[in-house]
Amino acid sequence: MNLYKYASPSAFYPLAGKMIPWFAVLSVILFAVAIYFGFIVAPEKAGDQNEVYKIIFIHVAAAWMGMFLYVLMAIYAGIGWAFNARLASMMASSLSITGAVFTLLSLVTGSLWGKPTWGTWWAWDARITSTLILLFLYIGFISLQSAIDDQRRADRAGAVLALVGVINVPIIYFSVQWWNTLHQGATIRLLEKPKMTSPMLIAMFVMLAACWLYSVVVVLMRVRCIIAEREQNAAWVTEGTA
Amino acid sequence: MGGYGFYVWGSYLTALILLGGEVISLRRRKNSLRKRVERNPR
Repeated sequence: MNLYKYASPSAFYPLAGKMIPWFAVLSVILFAVAIYFGFIVAPEKAGDQNEVYKIIFIHVAAAWMGMFLYVLMAIYAGIGWAFNARLASMMASSLSITGAVFTLLSLVTGSLWGKPTWGTWWAWDARITSTLILLFLYIGFISLQSAIDDQRRADRAGAVLALVGVINVPIIYFSVQWWNTLHQGATIRLLEKPKMTSPMLIAMFVMLAACWLYSVVVVLMRVRCIIAEREQNAAWVTEGTA
Repeated sequence: MGGYGFYVWGSYLTALILLGGEVISLRRRKNSLRKRVERNPR
């Protein structure tokens, strides 16, 4: 089975169309399971945290997705630039908007958590500030691509920005260790026993999985639109854009 | 929610608006493209 053929936009387009419904259904199911575990099974309060801790399920997932999708976007942009691969550049463009949405969501939910917890909607804390920079990087990537008429030049310029900006992701992640920050430390540490109860952990990881599957759905939907727009002069577009 | 309903439900409502809005805008973009292709076949 030759998988390399799917590097071609015309071959990937129908494959993406077939994948979308499956990931969409799974995503909805996992969102429902996460909400059930987070609001029905998990305790009302967590240690010294009051009910507002329940924001953590969507906030942490959104923050992780913002970072993951940026790295993925940078990888695709780099591949598109290095190998002149059209589909890779299209994937980078598609990932950028979803990544920006999740980063914005993490900042908004973070504010909604911060007000009752710290007494402020915003703080120029290392993690919060570096996450805001991540949002600016996403907006910069999207704006740069929109501003340049020549598509190949737009893809190359975006790739440079994406690859340079990827240094911000480990800064966000390690900021709570490197600096004395207002933001709490890592929710999950690989080498330590989790401080959260099982239902809370389940809710968090299921929500993260749901967000991943949701991202696959919207990124594939968007990349199909991008393919149809960029390849609109190709015969297969008028024959098969269903 | 112990008086914190605004913050908790506000977070999930924001998620619903942003994620749902993304899906809706993508469907509109797809439909618009389809109409454009149907109007201007090669």
